[in-house]
Amino acid sequence: MTRFLSGLLRLRRGPWELLATLLIGLGVFMLMQPFALALYTWSFLVTLAGTVMFIIVSHFPE
Amino acid sequence: MTDPIAAAARATPDPLARRIRGLSDRAIAWLFVAPTIFLLLAINIFPLIWTVRLSFTNYRANRPNEEVEWVGLRNYIRILTDDGIWANMQTTAHFLFWTLFFQVLIGFTLAWLINRKFKGNDLLTTLIVLPMMLSPAVVGNFWTFLYQPQIGLVNYVVELVTGTPASSFSMLGPGGLAKWSIILVDTWMWTPFVMLICLAGLRSIPDYIYEAAEIDRASKWRQFWTITIPMVLPFLMLAVLFRGIENFKMFDMVVLLTGGGPGNETLLASIDLKREAFEKWRTGYSSAYAIILFVTVFGLASIYVKALNKVKER
Repeated sequence: MTRFLSGLLRLRRGPWELLATLLIGLGVFMLMQPFALALYTWSFLVTLAGTVMFIIVSHFPE
Repeated sequence: MTDPIAAAARATPDPLARRIRGLSDRAIAWLFVAPTIFLLLAINIFPLIWTVRLSFTNYRANRPNEEVEWVGLRNYIRILTDDGIWANMQTTAHFLFWTLFFQVLIGFTLAWLINRKFKGNDLLTTLIVLPMMLSPAVVGNFWTFLYQPQIGLVNYVVELVTGTPASSFSMLGPGGLAKWSIILVDTWMWTPFVMLICLAGLRSIPDYIYEAAEIDRASKWRQFWTITIPMVLPFLMLAVLFRGIENFKMFDMVVLLTGGGPGNETLLASIDLKREAFEKWRTGYSSAYAIILFVTVFGLASIYVKALNKVKER
């Protein structure tokens, strides 16, 4: 956990990519889940944030 | 004998030759690549940017002379608060999950069985891959006949096995079977594709790895989980990526089989998008719909390609 947080603070690719991946996964789940319309409503924003973040952080150093 | 390069150089008009000679290697490389880049921009990137722009307007392609109004995020808000589209997304997720599940399971099992040496192996492989060589339009049409309640083979077999009268149910009609019927057809058609990719993976595993495992007295089960699965995994992931993207935008076969019905039971997001864009002519609205689907597929594909590279590096 400490390594993950220090990676985030030092703008390392690994932890940031993990974060972006989690956001995309969460967004896709929210888009297709059958439980709550509110989750569906916010799904696009979460997926978009994750995707943009993924594109940016994949240029961070290892 | 004359040198062809020298001949070509002599044939090149002087001003042009001087101009080319003055260019660096890098500039010449750019000169060759430029037409491709231009085409890529014109065919892929420009329409994408244009779609983003249209998604913020109320533009209708069937009324080109009407004034276009900038509506901001209204299209996105309407789509993302619409119960009907939410249901379509769930239908798409159901279709995507189960087709991938069955195709990977059956495709891998078939590949594993076919990878063994036996008589008629090649003939059997050819027969198995036949469905994926057919056009989706043909597949859609003949499965419609197979699913026909009165004369269809599927209902006849069900009657033969279970005793349920053939005309008492419809595979593509109301009753909840339509969702599974389209999954069955897609699985029938595309399992061979997954099988072929898995077969390539299985055949790429060198025999000496299994021989070494045999010497170490590893059981067949252990060999399967520690040699076969890890070495086939990149191939399997590639197959899932291809099929996942294809099935997310599945259109033709489902339209021919059910047309999205009964009701909206098999109305996938791509079919609904086509209706919005080319039947209701709500171009701005459908552009926003398309952008939502695009971002979802793009996000998933990014993660997937990353995961694939990591597995390959292992």
